[in-house]
Amino acid sequence: MQLARVIGTVVATVKAPGLEGVKLLVIQPLDRSLKPVGGPLVAADAIHMAGPGELVYYVAAREAAQAMPDPFVPVDHAIVGIVDAVSLLAGVEP
Amino acid sequence: MKLGRVVGTVVSTVNSPDLDDRTLLLCDLLDPAGQPGGGYLIAVDTVGAGAGETVLILDEGDSARQVLGAPGAPIRTLVVGIVDTVVEGPAPGGD
Repeated sequence: MQLARVIGTVVATVKAPGLEGVKLLVIQPLDRSLKPVGGPLVAADAIHMAGPGELVYYVAAREAAQAMPDPFVPVDHAIVGIVDAVSLLAGVEP
Repeated sequence: MKLGRVVGTVVSTVNSPDLDDRTLLLCDLLDPAGQPGGGYLIAVDTVGAGAGETVLILDEGDSARQVLGAPGAPIRTLVVGIVDTVVEGPAPGGD
């Protein structure tokens, strides 16, 4: 699982079966000091609570679909939690 | 599996139900010499690993779900061991 910031939403009317009703968000993956790393991704919101600006964590690959109500959907990144806090040990370089 | 070092924790109250009451550890990935090789993972703790410890990280979904006994869980990354030592080169006692 990795950290990401929600930076947008995606609306798609025509989509593969199984994606109806799935909320799609644009996320920017972050390193552990919360700096952007790599390009943005489209992720399904498995918790139905994430919104733009929020710090979240997501799971990739097959496990992303496992997070959805129907686990046989074409989803490869899913937001599985909203982050309240990331605490680094004292002495660890951010 | 990968080598990592526990450098922090992630706290979340709104999450997938399968992640309720699980401890999320922020782990830097290490090379065999114990140096951070770039990158990190958020892993679910299964062994009681603590801050600063070198750990063994499992990053594969089927194995992770088997370890947790949670067949449908959207979890693929676990801390499954605490590393005592890593020796590079031939195994001790080998020739």
